[in-house]
Amino acid sequence: MGADVTQLASEAGCHLFSGCGFPAPGLNEFEFEPIFTIGSIEFNKPMLLAFLCAFLVIAFFWAAFAKPKLLPGKLQLVGEIGYDFVKRSIVLETIGKKGEKYVPMLVSMFFFIWIMNIMSIIPFAQFPVMAAIAFPAGLAAVVWFTYMFLTFKTHGFVGGFKNLCWPSGIPGWVMFILVPIEFFSNIFVRPFTLAVRAFANMFAGHLLIVMFSIASWYLLSPSLGAAYGSVSFVVTLALTAFELLVQFLQAYIFVMLASSYIAGALEEAH
Amino acid sequence: MAQLAELTGSIASVGYGLAAIGPGIGVGLIFGNGVQAMARQPEAAGLIRSNMFIGFALTEALALIGIVMPFVFGTGS
Repeated sequence: MGADVTQLASEAGCHLFSGCGFPAPGLNEFEFEPIFTIGSIEFNKPMLLAFLCAFLVIAFFWAAFAKPKLLPGKLQLVGEIGYDFVKRSIVLETIGKKGEKYVPMLVSMFFFIWIMNIMSIIPFAQFPVMAAIAFPAGLAAVVWFTYMFLTFKTHGFVGGFKNLCWPSGIPGWVMFILVPIEFFSNIFVRPFTLAVRAFANMFAGHLLIVMFSIASWYLLSPSLGAAYGSVSFVVTLALTAFELLVQFLQAYIFVMLASSYIAGALEEAH
Repeated sequence: MAQLAELTGSIASVGYGLAAIGPGIGVGLIFGNGVQAMARQPEAAGLIRSNMFIGFALTEALALIGIVMPFVFGTGS
């Protein structure tokens, strides 16, 4: 153990009863050698995947909506279902009618995040881009700038701060506690949790899948054959199916919360 | 004072286990009551769902802060 733990099980030829400990995966699964470097920027696998995902989303919606027909074709139909899903079940329910302006942004954000998450289970990609903290942090920053800008645009400077940290219908003496909490929560905690939630779920999910796939290779042994390894392999498959659900759910929650933050910014003064 | 017990390995993981208890109960309450409310009044499902997610976000923030603490206070892992 120790230094050789960092080795991949598949490389080490490490099996049960062959006198080597379980090569548990760790943070080394999330560090990549740069493919190439430009100046001080190292271009690595998550960045490549992020570009690929952006390209996929743009290409799909371009193909679906470049020449819209009154009677939609198959591709346009799928695109419309996706667009309608975000519009009806997220935007109209949180923001309402005046939220229609923000549907394009939230639709592209939803599909971008979802595709980046799905990369976790695509063969050869097999890395959820959202498991690198920079990507969820960047997206959360976009959401933060959007709702802060909208808050100050709709309410002005003083009104904006009032909207952010002065909840209505509360007796005065509670305000001493509530206003600092609301201020802290709405300005600092919101973008932080938005980023870390998506990051932590994808990180943990990827680590679980890697863990059980390494284990199913490690548990193959000359004396027992595939008896233990096959159990671990079945768990890997079950976890992959579970991750498919989590990936969708995280994209949904991210956009849902982004939309409700925008709703809070647009809210009439009370 | 005499040392009573010694703990080796990752204390951060024990800490996160403790930190996750409260949010775990909270998230369970939120979704349990949310589903109950939706079952009682299906026509208000949309409104309940969006408020449910806001409450969920606030509660889960505690668990997420728990995840980050070992990284902030570094060497314990």
